Amino acid sequence: MPQDHTERRVVVTGPPRQTVPHARLRSRGRYPQASGSYRPRTEIDEQTTLGHTYVRSLMRTQLRAALTVITVLGLLVGPLPLLFAALPDARRLEWAVLGFGLYVPLVLLAHWYVRRAERNERDFVRLVEDR
Amino acid sequence: MNSSYAIPAVALVVVATVLVGAFGLRISRTTSDFYVASRTVGPRLNAAAISGEYLSAASFLGIAGLVLVQGPDMLWYPVGYTAGYLVLLIFVAAPLRRSGAYTLPDFAEARLASQAVRRLAGAFVVGVGWLYLLPQLQGAGLTLTVLTRAPDWLGGVIVAVVVTATVAAGGMRSITFVQAFQYWLKLTALLVPALFLVLTWQHDGAPRHAFDEPATFREQRVVRVDDAIDLRLDRPLTVMVTGTVDGRTHTATRLELTAGTHHIERGTRLTFTRGAPVPEAWRSGGGDLSPSQAESREERPLYATYGLILATFLGTMGLPHVVVRFYTSPHGVAARRTTVAVLGLIGAFYLLPPVYGALGRLYAPELTLSGDPDAAVLLLPDRMIGGVGGDLLGALVAGGAFAAFLSTASGLTMAVAGVLTQDVLPSRGVRHFRLGTVLAMAVPLAASVLVGGLPVADAVGLAFAVSASSFCPLLVLGIWWRRLTPPGAAAGMLVGGGSALLAVAATMGGYPGEGAALHALLAWPALWSVPLGFLTMILVSLATPGRVPPGTASVLARFHLPEEVRSEVTA
Repeated sequence: MPQDHTERRVVVTGPPRQTVPHARLRSRGRYPQASGSYRPRTEIDEQTTLGHTYVRSLMRTQLRAALTVITVLGLLVGPLPLLFAALPDARRLEWAVLGFGLYVPLVLLAHWYVRRAERNERDFVRLVEDR
Repeated sequence: MNSSYAIPAVALVVVATVLVGAFGLRISRTTSDFYVASRTVGPRLNAAAISGEYLSAASFLGIAGLVLVQGPDMLWYPVGYTAGYLVLLIFVAAPLRRSGAYTLPDFAEARLASQAVRRLAGAFVVGVGWLYLLPQLQGAGLTLTVLTRAPDWLGGVIVAVVVTATVAAGGMRSITFVQAFQYWLKLTALLVPALFLVLTWQHDGAPRHAFDEPATFREQRVVRVDDAIDLRLDRPLTVMVTGTVDGRTHTATRLELTAGTHHIERGTRLTFTRGAPVPEAWRSGGGDLSPSQAESREERPLYATYGLILATFLGTMGLPHVVVRFYTSPHGVAARRTTVAVLGLIGAFYLLPPVYGALGRLYAPELTLSGDPDAAVLLLPDRMIGGVGGDLLGALVAGGAFAAFLSTASGLTMAVAGVLTQDVLPSRGVRHFRLGTVLAMAVPLAASVLVGGLPVADAVGLAFAVSASSFCPLLVLGIWWRRLTPPGAAAGMLVGGGSALLAVAATMGGYPGEGAALHALLAWPALWSVPLGFLTMILVSLATPGRVPPGTASVLARFHLPEEVRSEVTA
């Protein structure tokens, strides 16, 4: 585990970081119980202004990921009807692109988004639970 | 077409559906099982179920038919149906699951704490659901008619009865199994015949003019015109005519049709020679219900294509049967992963209808004239392969088509029945859910028997437009915007969804004549009605800042926080 590696090298100056066992597993949501109550969690639970700021920051990063994907999708798909209208003789191109070409990029975009969104959530969980 | 194999195939699919449903019934014990399959459906099973539910008659039959008639522009439908899931994934999937709501009205109530908005959302769910059920029942009728010459309404009635029985008996748990099973059935039913068809095509020397415009006849072919049509010819065309053309009756006469428009009466037989281009046909006399049939390839404006893209991309997230499925995921992360799997599964499926469309242009181009292009998928195996092999493959396709009607119809019935039970009927028990199921199916069944005649893919397109202009703003703004208020949400849904509905109704009623710019605007409302819905929702919300529900912050926290962080909020 790279964990040992870092523990040996890094000089800890602040309060020691709490390593969460099975953090990956838990962030997949298989065991949604939280461990321990740390300050930001309490802030969120009690709905203080600071707690709202945490939620807002998570929403903002998630929204940014979503907007990135929708922009790429728009740039990918938006010009196509214009292109096909401009090239009325390129029927075979139209068949190939619309019939077979677009599905793989769509799945790849979705895959990228899910990885990004799950990473955002893991980072958030670490931020909230480890302080 | 020989029906001796097709009828057993359809019967087999129906029986298998009931059996798989019954299997689900045996393990469907609690009320939670009944409504949300106890929220324990893993991504793989759930993704197959969602895909099975989503791939409707429009996908199975309609796309190939549309491509056959109108060329590759129509391939935007399957692209849009798939991309709709991407949009749903990035804006809605995980927060919707975390919202803990079961239906769209539940979501509206949880987010806005308003009974009025809840009822309005419920009304739209029922409306969109019925609009979407109608073509499923009609498709079933068409399939059975093509296969067996049975009367039009019979297929619809069979589907309605089977679906009502399965849904009422087993609820969500059994439907999940039924639909997962039907996804794989549908994929097989299109894939296996497609492989044989492509082999036949290669055996024929792989003719490539399928992609040319216009399609041409490969061999001499007799076409029987079932509905009166107008043919528009760019160049003179020689055909053998038995029947009435331009008001004159002919019997086996060789006729030189000049360039221009010719009116063909119903029942006329036209014999086209080999290599003749397939003329463009307009239905006349009450047939032009649909936006896309009323426009020709050349007249279809760019605007219509963009309208279609917007409606399908944004409309998917609001389809009631799609949304309900997300509540069966165990948590938000699983909901996301499920959606990616769904994208893969339906993307794989949608590689097939274009194959049928292209082959249909080669081998059955006359379907554009005879009035049932939706039957292309069903007829191709017989036309291209023939013999027992063709019959068997045709039977497989027919079985798959029935699986399509059954699965989509079950999902829609489930969703509509859920809303009817919770918001219309007096109490919420499982017994009333069963009553709701009967109600949910009875109305579209009556409508399909009474109205009839809407092309399958088009009717589905209308449901998408209404959903995109009402539910898409509600979901997106509800999940991402703090300042949404109940009056804003209600006004947005009414203005956006209502105007889309009115525009569609006006087009179906034949209000503006053909070719007018106004016609395109009304036939493809999404391009203006979606921004209108969003704008109304935002402006009215900003104008009523005092009505922001007090619990908004904690509700949004529940939507967005990962499950392990949030305290045990009561859902």
